[in-house]
Amino acid sequence: MKVRFMFSHLKKMLSQRSPSAYRFGVALASLLVIPAALSFNSLEISQPVLKAAAEAVSVQKVWANEAAAAAAPAAEAKKDEKKGTEVWAPLAPPKLEAKDYPVVKGFNSRITVWFIAQLHLFFGAFVLAVPIFVWLIELTGVITKDERYDHMAHEFMKVAMTGFSLAASFGGLLSIALVVFYPQFMLYMTGIFGKVMIFYALAFFAESFFLYTYYYGWDKMSDGKAKTIHLSLGLGLNLAGVFLMMVSNSWASFMMAPSGLDDAGVFKGDVWAAINGHLWNPVNIHRFVANIAYGGSLTAAYAGYKFLTAKTAQEKAHYDWMGYTSFFIAIIGLLPLPFAGYWLTKEIYDYSQQMGITLMGGAFAWLFILQAVLIGTIFLSANYYLWCCLARSPGAKRYTFMIKPIAIVIVTAFLAWFTPHTLVMTSKEVTQIGGAHHPLLGKFGVMAAKNTAVNFLIVLTFLSFQIYQRSNKRAVGDDFWATNGTSVQIGLYVAGLANILSLGIYSYYLPASVRIGLSVPQVTTTLIVIVTSFILDGKIFKKSEEMGETQWGNMPVRSQYALFTLTIGFTWLMGLMGYVRSAIRQHWHVYTVFRDNSPDAFTPTLPYAASVVTVIVCVFIALVLFMFWMPMLAAKKGSSGEH
Amino acid sequence: MHFLKPIIGVLVAYLLIKIGVPFLGSLSHPGTWPVVPTAVMKMYLFFIIAGAFVASTFSEEGYNGLIGPIVDLYGNPAKAKLRLGAVAAVSLLGTWVAYQYVKPSFDAPVELRSVHPAPPSSANMWGKSFELQTLKNPFREDKANFAKNVEEGGIVYYKNCFYCHGDKQDGKGHFYSAFNPIPANFVDVGTIAMLTESFVFWRVGTGGPGLPSEGAPWATAMPVWHTMLSEEEVWKAVMFIYEQSGVQPRVTATVAEKK
Repeated sequence: MKVRFMFSHLKKMLSQRSPSAYRFGVALASLLVIPAALSFNSLEISQPVLKAAAEAVSVQKVWANEAAAAAAPAAEAKKDEKKGTEVWAPLAPPKLEAKDYPVVKGFNSRITVWFIAQLHLFFGAFVLAVPIFVWLIELTGVITKDERYDHMAHEFMKVAMTGFSLAASFGGLLSIALVVFYPQFMLYMTGIFGKVMIFYALAFFAESFFLYTYYYGWDKMSDGKAKTIHLSLGLGLNLAGVFLMMVSNSWASFMMAPSGLDDAGVFKGDVWAAINGHLWNPVNIHRFVANIAYGGSLTAAYAGYKFLTAKTAQEKAHYDWMGYTSFFIAIIGLLPLPFAGYWLTKEIYDYSQQMGITLMGGAFAWLFILQAVLIGTIFLSANYYLWCCLARSPGAKRYTFMIKPIAIVIVTAFLAWFTPHTLVMTSKEVTQIGGAHHPLLGKFGVMAAKNTAVNFLIVLTFLSFQIYQRSNKRAVGDDFWATNGTSVQIGLYVAGLANILSLGIYSYYLPASVRIGLSVPQVTTTLIVIVTSFILDGKIFKKSEEMGETQWGNMPVRSQYALFTLTIGFTWLMGLMGYVRSAIRQHWHVYTVFRDNSPDAFTPTLPYAASVVTVIVCVFIALVLFMFWMPMLAAKKGSSGEH
Repeated sequence: MHFLKPIIGVLVAYLLIKIGVPFLGSLSHPGTWPVVPTAVMKMYLFFIIAGAFVASTFSEEGYNGLIGPIVDLYGNPAKAKLRLGAVAAVSLLGTWVAYQYVKPSFDAPVELRSVHPAPPSSANMWGKSFELQTLKNPFREDKANFAKNVEEGGIVYYKNCFYCHGDKQDGKGHFYSAFNPIPANFVDVGTIAMLTESFVFWRVGTGGPGLPSEGAPWATAMPVWHTMLSEEEVWKAVMFIYEQSGVQPRVTATVAEKK
């Protein structure tokens, strides 16, 4: 009834088509999100719920760190009469014992929370990403006046709707699991972030409002000002989603790199200081970019699945196009992702040398070899898909001779990238090599080689993309760019790759701190090659002719499996790296501040951890199939009824 | 014959890695034959084969050229004998691989050894605790006496470290060939150039026995120098090895410095 009431109001507004009605719509969208974001920094809000919770468990008695508690004279909540608000008590991290961790028969606390958290993150990443590119595709449709974009955007949202439910369900389950298995930890975290958690919960209402009005209002708000309102609702949905992601990121980054605490680890009362920790923004950026790539790959897998099961040529053509668009989005996210990852890792090193070395040089370094293998698989399958795409273009034969050299360079760069710094060797091999350090392969183990390799991978992946983009075009005319533009592009690629390689070799001989700095000109070179070459394409083909009609749907079946490989690679990678990010805290709930004394406070063996991640990935893939099946179920019912 | 191209390509790549890499490595380490470890070789080969496959099958022509002969071999009644031979060859290859895995061996187990293990947050030496995260070399800032301190560090080095780590700091001292693994090569940018001075100070001070169990088993003969040298001597020796090897210690901006 409420939805109908809301819709009737919206309909009324739209039918009036007045500027004030439009403004009201936008204002309504803004009102629900912006105050939450703006009030972050001045959270002088009373916390009756938090206070009641803290009193109920007698915080001062439970916290065993008496010295720290004594160091906080304002330990009792006091009333600030002038402002009429309450200033919350500083909280010391408790010293827990094994008995403080409830045991539920049949459940292992860590595995249960690990499982649920990872599944929640998978779905969360998906549903945060999809509305971003759905909104962009819808906007593209409005600008180009091409309705196909609008239909595709709508279909993407249809797929994501089940994902929203699953993300929310696992989110709720995670909250309960954390409270059940780690009550003291949750009490501590609530003591610090309680104020923000309330806004976090409220943001879900905002997101739900935007989600349902955006999705169910799609057909009703399809043109004119109504479309503008619809786009505003989509923007609101994305703002709410990003807000939710950033807030929950702050808890994870606080656990890794706590801030806003005094020397004794006691929370000083400034929530913003706790949120704005050393790793918050690197995690925000990395997750945001990764979500885009991940969301794109999942929808590409959906399109691939639909392509394989399509009955007609028309259906095949549609899902081929949808798959390509999703793939394109995934690649847009994938290309900057290594740089976002490097920044995060650098900040981890800066925060704690111990944590940084544990991550990259110690026990977890082996998982980074798996990471490199998975990223390489993603790059290889992405390139393979692009090469298969050439089958759509009648003019592509002119370029196929370039594919094998590109493949050789990509594989070589990839081998250099995943060569470990520390090699796994038998004692016989150690003797043959003359020690643990290989004189040749050791050179590929440092960042100088790895930065060079990843820049090569990115430039050549873009080259594959560019080959596909121009495969069906022929420049006409005799202006400078039409006749010489391609030669300039070739020169640009050669000079760019030579510069990246020489910077890599040069940086190998420099101190580590300077060497990392040289990755900046390498990345800049990569960006210059990509952007300039893209612009040059525009100039070269300003006047051009098609060499035949693009044959959407004319794709080999195996190309769709490349899309599946992409998705599974991303999912596995997220699970693995999610584990690493969390596990480098080792035996700490909050790094160096709040010790984990549960029976599970040990680092599991690498095969065990990898196995758990793999099982989670399998469960997730099964749920994704369910998610893909749901819209088809609706379509079947629809086709038997309305259509 | 289209299907032979990727196979030849893979074989060439294999030989380059199997023979070419050790040959080039032996030029810089005479007397050794630095093979590519089996674990790395497997990963290399997997992706070389995958690369050859994708580069050969992106087009229908290439795909049919590679897969066609296999389909023909298994489906053509006229090739029954050849098929039998191919199945037997594949089965024997599988048997040989399986046997290699399960046959008894006297080799020591594979070592999962971290070259640079994570340091503890603090280390006990000379009866006191050092916080490694914030620890700085006290002599580094003394610019006036820098040359003198380095020289004194050199004396410590030549009296104690030189025999293993060598005159050129390349890990080839008099006794180096007796050790497995050989002593660290400070000139290589993959060793001390990647580490902060506090890390090197801790490694020198606590030696092999002071290493964490994280990367066990530890096969290192590095002595526990804090029982034989003073704190001052270790710091100066650390300064000397950086100066002499021509590399700079890693510097990480601390959170406090950033803010």
